[in-house]
Amino acid sequence: MPRLTRWFIRAALIHLIAALLLGWILGLGRIMVLPPILAAASPVYFHLFMLGGVAQFIIGVAWWMFPPLSKERPRGNEPLAWAVFFLLNGGLILRAICEPWVAVAPQPIARWGLLLSALLLMVSGWIFMGLLWPRVKGK
Amino acid sequence: MLAHKAFPYAPWVMRLLPWHIHSLFLGWTVQLAFGVAYWIFPRFALERPGDPRGRAGWAWASLVLLNAGVLSAGLAGAAGWGVGLALGAGLEAMGVLAFVIHLWPRVRPAIIQ
Repeated sequence: MPRLTRWFIRAALIHLIAALLLGWILGLGRIMVLPPILAAASPVYFHLFMLGGVAQFIIGVAWWMFPPLSKERPRGNEPLAWAVFFLLNGGLILRAICEPWVAVAPQPIARWGLLLSALLLMVSGWIFMGLLWPRVKGK
Repeated sequence: MLAHKAFPYAPWVMRLLPWHIHSLFLGWTVQLAFGVAYWIFPRFALERPGDPRGRAGWAWASLVLLNAGVLSAGLAGAAGWGVGLALGAGLEAMGVLAFVIHLWPRVRPAIIQ
């Protein structure tokens, strides 16, 4: 298993744990009053789960298992794939902080952070699509 | 949509939410799992050498139905057309059903000779 895949999978597992913990806290909102910043974190829960957990796990395994490009560079541009790792996880963490913050106190720093997180997530997805596209092929 | 949450600039972008959800959940996650399952799951190389994956027509039907469903649900959701959204979701469900019919006999131990 390549080093980058190990990092993707470890990060995915951490995101899954964080998402499930947040989901449990949000569930407590049915029996007790949560602080507004937590009550506004429902989109963060979905995105930590589906993007940070599920999609990141898939990305890690796809980087490892998809048909190689060539013998010299079997997986393609590795520095760009590392950029995907940092953009995705940086974007998600920034989003997890800024999205509930904007919902309860829309200060400029929170708004700019949220906008930056949207940009990081979009760019990470586009780069990964560009990296994986040529590897979707027969043997 | 996330940029709109940060700096509201176009309220209409939130109408794309159903498309976002259907594309990323069914169009990306589920479809990628289906594609990899079609590739990797045990084949019928010994029993049916000419048709090693078996019932491939169902997998092709699933591809068409799933993508038609995501597109319909996305467009209808953006247009605020509830019937179209339900129709898209129905196509997606049929796409999943078609893939289950394809994959069911391949859920078995690999036979290596």
